[in-house]
Amino acid sequence: MPDVELKPVSTEHLLRECQREEVFITGSEAVREAIRRANVDIAVAYPITPQSESMHLVGDLYAEGYIRDYFRGENEFAVMSEIAGAAMAGVRVFTATCGPGTLRAFENFPMWSGTRLPIVISFMTRGINSPLTIQPDTIEMGMLLDTGMIMLHAENAQDLYDMILMSFSVAERTSVHIPVGVFVDGFFVTHTRQKVKIVSEDVKLLPYDPTHSPVPTMDMETPPFRYMRDPFVMKSNYISYAAHASWQQEVMAAAERARPHIEAHLGSFVEQENPDAPIQVVACGTAVSQGREAVRMAREEGLEVGLVKIKVLRPAPREEIRRALAKAERIVIPEFNRTGWLAREIASMIPNNDRIAAGPRVFGGMTMPPEVIVDVIKGDVLVGV
Amino acid sequence: MSLEITRMNPHFADVMPQEYTDLVENGPFGRDFGARDLGSFKELFEEHPMCAGCNLSLAFRIIVASLPNPADTIMVGSTGCNSIAFPQLALHNVHSLFGNQNAIASGLKRGLALRFPDKVKDVVVVAGDGATADIGLDMTLHSWFRGEKFATVMFDNEIYANTGGQESGMTECGEIRNMAPTGKKFNKISVANLAIEAGCAYVAVVTTASPLKISKCFEKAVLVAREIGPTYVQIYTPCPTNLKLKSSESVSLAKERSKGTYQFREHVSPEAEEFLAARAEKTEEQVRVTSKDEEMHSA
Ligand SMILES: Cc1ncc(C[n+]2csc(CCOP(=O)(O)OP(=O)(O)O)c2C)c(N)n1
Ligand SMILES: [Mg+2]
Repeated sequence: MPDVELKPVSTEHLLRECQREEVFITGSEAVREAIRRANVDIAVAYPITPQSESMHLVGDLYAEGYIRDYFRGENEFAVMSEIAGAAMAGVRVFTATCGPGTLRAFENFPMWSGTRLPIVISFMTRGINSPLTIQPDTIEMGMLLDTGMIMLHAENAQDLYDMILMSFSVAERTSVHIPVGVFVDGFFVTHTRQKVKIVSEDVKLLPYDPTHSPVPTMDMETPPFRYMRDPFVMKSNYISYAAHASWQQEVMAAAERARPHIEAHLGSFVEQENPDAPIQVVACGTAVSQGREAVRMAREEGLEVGLVKIKVLRPAPREEIRRALAKAERIVIPEFNRTGWLAREIASMIPNNDRIAAGPRVFGGMTMPPEVIVDVIKGDVLVGV
Repeated sequence: MSLEITRMNPHFADVMPQEYTDLVENGPFGRDFGARDLGSFKELFEEHPMCAGCNLSLAFRIIVASLPNPADTIMVGSTGCNSIAFPQLALHNVHSLFGNQNAIASGLKRGLALRFPDKVKDVVVVAGDGATADIGLDMTLHSWFRGEKFATVMFDNEIYANTGGQESGMTECGEIRNMAPTGKKFNKISVANLAIEAGCAYVAVVTTASPLKISKCFEKAVLVAREIGPTYVQIYTPCPTNLKLKSSESVSLAKERSKGTYQFREHVSPEAEEFLAARAEKTEEQVRVTSKDEEMHSA
């Protein structure tokens, strides 16, 4: 049991009003500190670098009495189903994975959204095979964009800490009730030490209240007990098609309804520095940190450059991006993956796509020197649109 | 659940569907109906659209009627013919994905145990042979290795029925099926042996030829899972549609197989044996007390 009796408080109170103390910790430790205060009932773990350490530390929290049940599942597909089963029973859950684990588990993610499960999961992003790699890469994020989950991307350990804690209150809203994925770049954030302001140890989030679920919790306490009649799956008729179609639309609508709740915690979906500059660097995750340094270097050389940090990928920051880039003449999008999914996303949101320089892209585990971004800013290195 | 939940608001009684009224007035919640009483009470599973002569729906009907505590039972299915049966069931039930049923049930049972520490909440998995022994075998076995406290039932039609009669791991060696055009090349998987090896406290192999045996074994499986550890019941449920049998021939096939290659088997761990014996004694005691009561009343 924890040494002190933890006082349950609202997410707003915990994140905005509680006294904060600055500590020098790794990203994985920031996960532990967030989950220590998240009042999680069940966590299920499966090892994969660079996620493993986070879930070891979550396991320590279980041993200390902060979490009520915890175990190592048999593989990520099973883990995501175990977490789903626990969420269906009406308890608060947490898990984490990355890269190959994400892909192994994939069928579960749209199932979570479709079942309206308020699961919070963290992805410590990593490259995927082949060839085998354990290095940082955000390729999995591009593949998860259409699974129905809300997607937040942390730039650093502070973001990671705050985003995990806020996610429960977004996911668990009656009007939302879909999963939230908190993404963070593996190694770059999980395995480096940073200053993180964390709240005092004597508070925790209020518990999850399953009676607020928009779909019946599977506990035989919540009517109706017969909630479907006729298996619409196998029927070839208009009512069946319409039932499935409207259900999917409702999942998308749930993500839209999350907007004000996400904004209440994050302030905005995107943050912009030097909004009037004709050149804008647009990024998410640690590419933002590299972009910020590149902007500083370019400005030293007399170039007018701004920075757009994207914090929320789903629901899509369409209006925010359109506004931030309305006057930009050149848009540089550095990414930690080979597919350029972020550039594709941005291109789908704004007019005049010839403004986009879709790079630099680094992958395979390489770092992204700010000089490379500066080269693209200057147009010395040409990248695709 | 509290039976209060099902009680009807008298002001709505005239607009409630008849089937709901029947369920409240003559359903199994809070009453002691079993498979023997089929036909005399309002069932939780009915009006299913399964094929004529479907043995899976027969087995489904029997086990649902045999639930020891339906008012607090949550069932987990898997993709397959059972997913056509489940929507007709008036119990909370989960269809999630093909093959992940024992993983879902693991999380579900643990979550319910945290939320209702002082209440019995039975979790029962029901899935096809493909779901249990092929695509979900790892999760079937690992839930048993971990000692998860719920019952697993396999509806073994020895085929992927729902997708049109393909070979499954439970098909007998040599049988010609879709995707096994020259006959299956390996033996039927003995999931019952795997269950025993994996530590299941109760294991039974039965066929639709013996409905009351299904009922008895299933009830034991649920009770032992509740108190001791994982349990497994494998029911032979031949599929007339894919085997191209007349619907009347399918139970005859089960009868025939039950005398040959699908014989009744039961494994009870010593701990489960002790538990079941103690329970039988208690029930007998109860019966004695009740009949005494009745005698006194009639006297
Ligand atoms: C991941 C995945 N693979 C394949 C399928 C297609 N599929 C649906 S049901 C089924 C067969 C089910 O067989 P079994 O578990 O034996 O149940 P039965 O229909 O025979 O009762 C298959 C292969 C699917 N739904 N999902
Ligand atoms: Mg089958």
